[in-house]
Amino acid sequence: MVFGRDGRSVPVLEDINLDVSEGEFICLVGPSGCGKSTLLNVTGGFLSPTSGSITIDGQAVHGPDPRRILVFQERGVFPWLTVEGNIGFGLSKLSRAERDQRINHYVRMVRLEGFEQTYPSDLSGGMKQRLQVARALAVNPDILYLDEPFGALDSVTRLIMRGELLRIWQTERRTIIFVTHDIDEAVQLADRVVVLSSRPAKIEAILTIDIPHPRNISSRRYLELRDDLLSKIGLAYTV
Amino acid sequence: MTAIEQEKRSRSLSLSTRLRPIAFIVALLVIWQIAVSRHPDQLLPGPLGVIRALAELLRHGLLPRYVVASLFRVTWGFALAAVLAVPLGLTIGWYRRGEMAFNPLVQIFRPISPLAWIPIAILWFGVGDLAAIFLIFVGCFFPLLLTAMSAVQNIPAVYVNVGRNFGLNTAQFVYRVLYPAVVPQLITGSRITLGIAWLVVVAAEMIAVNSGLGFLIIDARNAGNRYDLVIAGMVIIGIIGLLLDLGMRSLERVKSFRWSYSGD
Repeated sequence: MVFGRDGRSVPVLEDINLDVSEGEFICLVGPSGCGKSTLLNVTGGFLSPTSGSITIDGQAVHGPDPRRILVFQERGVFPWLTVEGNIGFGLSKLSRAERDQRINHYVRMVRLEGFEQTYPSDLSGGMKQRLQVARALAVNPDILYLDEPFGALDSVTRLIMRGELLRIWQTERRTIIFVTHDIDEAVQLADRVVVLSSRPAKIEAILTIDIPHPRNISSRRYLELRDDLLSKIGLAYTV
Repeated sequence: MTAIEQEKRSRSLSLSTRLRPIAFIVALLVIWQIAVSRHPDQLLPGPLGVIRALAELLRHGLLPRYVVASLFRVTWGFALAAVLAVPLGLTIGWYRRGEMAFNPLVQIFRPISPLAWIPIAILWFGVGDLAAIFLIFVGCFFPLLLTAMSAVQNIPAVYVNVGRNFGLNTAQFVYRVLYPAVVPQLITGSRITLGIAWLVVVAAEMIAVNSGLGFLIIDARNAGNRYDLVIAGMVIIGIIGLLLDLGMRSLERVKSFRWSYSGD
């Protein structure tokens, strides 16, 4: 993937070859600015790769599609709609009864009961991200892309949100591709972690996390995998 | 301090702060009246003279008639300008090539005061309502156009991407994402433009028509130096301008528009 900007071409992604299975939870990890979000946008169809292609279930990806919903880091929810309005955003083709039922289901799933008529300006950051996830899931997508969705939240909320995401994922299994720069987050959440180098990003390594959920973040295996990941990224881990 | 005491304190604070501007105005009126009674031989009246003039206008039924005439022209001029300028501005703002094509033209026409159009207005429409409405239209068109262009360009890309992600067609996208996203800015721009319209109507009526508040002022002076009517007219113009502005402000308070002002 090459960006043309101000007359110069900037290679951002090179030689990315990745296969993802259905229902997998993949994390893309890499240093800031390496191109993880670009890769996500390309797989989502928001950007066209300058070379290469994305195929999902044998079909090439040409553009954004409601079967693959992207959850943004910030400002992703529509501020002029209530919680209900946002979750129901993609559901206009359904009947009134079905719509209400789905909205109720996802309001409960992301634990926003009582806030159905609230506007996003009255919600906390974590609640807004939960709202985005609910809105994304409500249209029953095959794939969920999450672009550092917890990056703007404080660390306590981040831990809680990770648990929530896993709980939701285990209830309604989708393929998830999750971009993060947080190594712990990757080891806690993913089935496989894809390590990207700095720009132009190449796949440095793919790590399989074989601990079943719920994962104990103090267990030996967890710490081993974490160390492995740190070394694959190339970080010295004594501060 | 208990919660009850705190609330009482904040309420009494707001009462005294609310009275302060009124007290200030009353003080100014008193000074004005005193100044006028010290110099009885000059032409400007005091507040009592103005109130008498207002009563006279009401008695002759002129006040409501003129107010309605001015408001009628403002409404039509503004509405026509909005109906044309807003969709055009949204479209131009959305397509970068459109902006590049139209921008020079807009920038040339924008600084021309609507009043400079008066001779052309009279040439095309004669003296009367249409000329005034045309002038108001010209005065409103460019500010509204620029507001719409700017509003579209300020839509955060996230909203556009989410709209695309959920598979909206063009019509749905415009109705469900673009329009709600630009409305707050359009309302603010409309408030300012309405203020401009109100300024233009008074000036337009001084020259191009035979009724309305602007006409009242110029006629009062021409027909016998009735400066009490002049100032009465100014007072009414000010009050109505304020009411129009308050009306627009109340639109801003609608909850589903208010998101843009709460700083997210």
